[in-house]
Amino acid sequence: MTMEEKIIAKDVSVFYGEKQALFDINLSIGKNKVTALIGPSGCGKSTFLRCINRMNDVIDICKVHGEIEINGKNIYDKSVDVVQLREKVGMVFQKPNPFPKSIYDNVSYGPTIHGLAKDKTEMDQIVEHSLKKAALWDEVKDRLNEPGTGLSGGQQQRLCIARAISINPEVILMDEPCSALDPIATAKIEDLIGELKETFTIVIVTHSMSQAARVSEKTGFFHLGKLIEFDSTDKIFKNPGNSMTQDYITGRFG
Amino acid sequence: MTRETRLKKRYAAEQRFRMYGIISIIISLFFVGLLLFKVFTGGATAFIKTTLEVEVNYSKELLGFKKTLEPTLGEIKEADFFDVSYQAATSFYKYSNDEEEKFIKILLGGNYEQEIKNHLFENPHLLGKKVVLNLTTSDDLDQLHKGNFPRDIPEDRRRINNFQLKVYDSLVEQGKIKTKYNNYFLTHGDSRDAEIAGVAGAIIGSFFSIIICLILAFPIALLAAVYLEEFAPKNRITEIIEININNLAAVPSIVFGLLALGVLLNVFGLPRSTSLVGGITLSLMTLPTIIIACRASLQAVPPSIREGALAMGASKVQTVMHHVVPLAMPGTLSGTIIGLAQALGETAPLLLIGMVAFVVDVPSVPTDPSASLPVQIYLWSEQAERGFVEKTSATIMLLLGFLIIMNSLAVWARQKFERKWI
Repeated sequence: MTMEEKIIAKDVSVFYGEKQALFDINLSIGKNKVTALIGPSGCGKSTFLRCINRMNDVIDICKVHGEIEINGKNIYDKSVDVVQLREKVGMVFQKPNPFPKSIYDNVSYGPTIHGLAKDKTEMDQIVEHSLKKAALWDEVKDRLNEPGTGLSGGQQQRLCIARAISINPEVILMDEPCSALDPIATAKIEDLIGELKETFTIVIVTHSMSQAARVSEKTGFFHLGKLIEFDSTDKIFKNPGNSMTQDYITGRFG
Repeated sequence: MTRETRLKKRYAAEQRFRMYGIISIIISLFFVGLLLFKVFTGGATAFIKTTLEVEVNYSKELLGFKKTLEPTLGEIKEADFFDVSYQAATSFYKYSNDEEEKFIKILLGGNYEQEIKNHLFENPHLLGKKVVLNLTTSDDLDQLHKGNFPRDIPEDRRRINNFQLKVYDSLVEQGKIKTKYNNYFLTHGDSRDAEIAGVAGAIIGSFFSIIICLILAFPIALLAAVYLEEFAPKNRITEIIEININNLAAVPSIVFGLLALGVLLNVFGLPRSTSLVGGITLSLMTLPTIIIACRASLQAVPPSIREGALAMGASKVQTVMHHVVPLAMPGTLSGTIIGLAQALGETAPLLLIGMVAFVVDVPSVPTDPSASLPVQIYLWSEQAERGFVEKTSATIMLLLGFLIIMNSLAVWARQKFERKWI
């Protein structure tokens, strides 16, 4: 199976102060593929995800060693501007976190600060396009000026996805995007992920094994800060190479 | 112990605890009620003054004009009103000797000549005519009429002697004594004469001080809080700064007065007794309070909002200015207003920078010498004259009124901005 590598992690280690949270992670993520990261709580999968758009920079005591290349360029290089990086690598969080502004303003915020729209008409188009892509347009097109926080949990999460794709990123990181949602809302987001991978490279952290199996092409299993196994989703779930992976996916621990 | 007795005991303990709470509330309400009752019953009469009906003769001779001359308004303003005023002040009662004349004359207030003048300035056509005016009486007569002077104590311990009492009684009988709205209290500055003393100077002085305090303290406090909360690294130095801000909030306010005296007046040579210096002093005092309030409201903004904005590629400053500060606004605003309310009631630091001076003129700019409301209360509370007692209470009423308005504003600001989205 040939694929174009979008993200390559080389010997990534993360320290929170004295404590090492990730140990020499090496993996490569294919372009326009969905890659799932699974593992028990505290295994470091979210930490790794946050390394990809340097959200860990916010935490004072957090230190990252190693390299992560996106399009062949190390994002931890001194010349890389973190704002420009995050323009290319969007993120959706565990808990829906729309801004306490109108639905329209939520989506238009990114394009505004990055100067992507020349005028109101162009902005309207971006907002409509993003909401359509996030499968939310039909539900909210008549109430774009109402607060985004007034939507249901599932709608809020799709609003956050619309917000993330509004600035046309190349990669979207999803940190347990469905853990606060009911099964119906979860199904909608999963369908959406299937559509979004046409355009974006998606990395998703999930606690749900079935979700990883449903949406992803490749899966990485993390345990205690180490990447235990990384392979195609089929192989991980049907014929894992490591006994720990086997135990985890069959629910024997975790 | 059986189950039942334990259950009973628990219920009894709960009942008792509720009782203690209710009793504490009743006690505090009782004292608040007592305070308000005392202030309102004592202060309400300050808004009323006693007047005496007097005939005033604006004759040209008494004003020193020739009979045939038609003086202009400017000339009228230049004229000598002594004779007109003297005649008016001594003609409302038939006296028999000089001493009685003196006693009658001092029944009118310290400003009666000005009142007679002003009436003619406003109505120049009255020149050469006789009119009946209600002139403000002296503080003593005012208090007598309001029933604050007991009449049955020995004459030498009274401020009103037996003759004056007789005059008063006959004037009341003729219906010449009236009570009117006290137009001096809210529009005039301080005075040695209680009947014409007002709080306008103090209100304007307090207003200037609070505005200056707001202009200085709010932006500085907000910026300091935002920097400490959002940008500063968490290390020894910021920890020390944080501890010191908390300590500063607990420093007695008089210390800030000493600081202002030493630095603002003596080193920088800013004008003494002015609301400018008062405002700067109060802003120093309220800064730590507002910083603490601002930091608390910044902390209350959920971190997910910051993450959301950062993940969208917003810079740190954009994240803070577009999202965190607006969300913290209700808290910062109400914290600021409460800090200002505290500053409004502050007396001690203002005493040290000379705002305790006796200032008659109402200030028109912040660099004019001026009083402030709490200092005015302090000044008047020291006066022995009965007229100042009711004025003290009335000023307390005003101050409490302003404080209640500001605190309601804080509550309103918090609810109005919070209800909007979340």
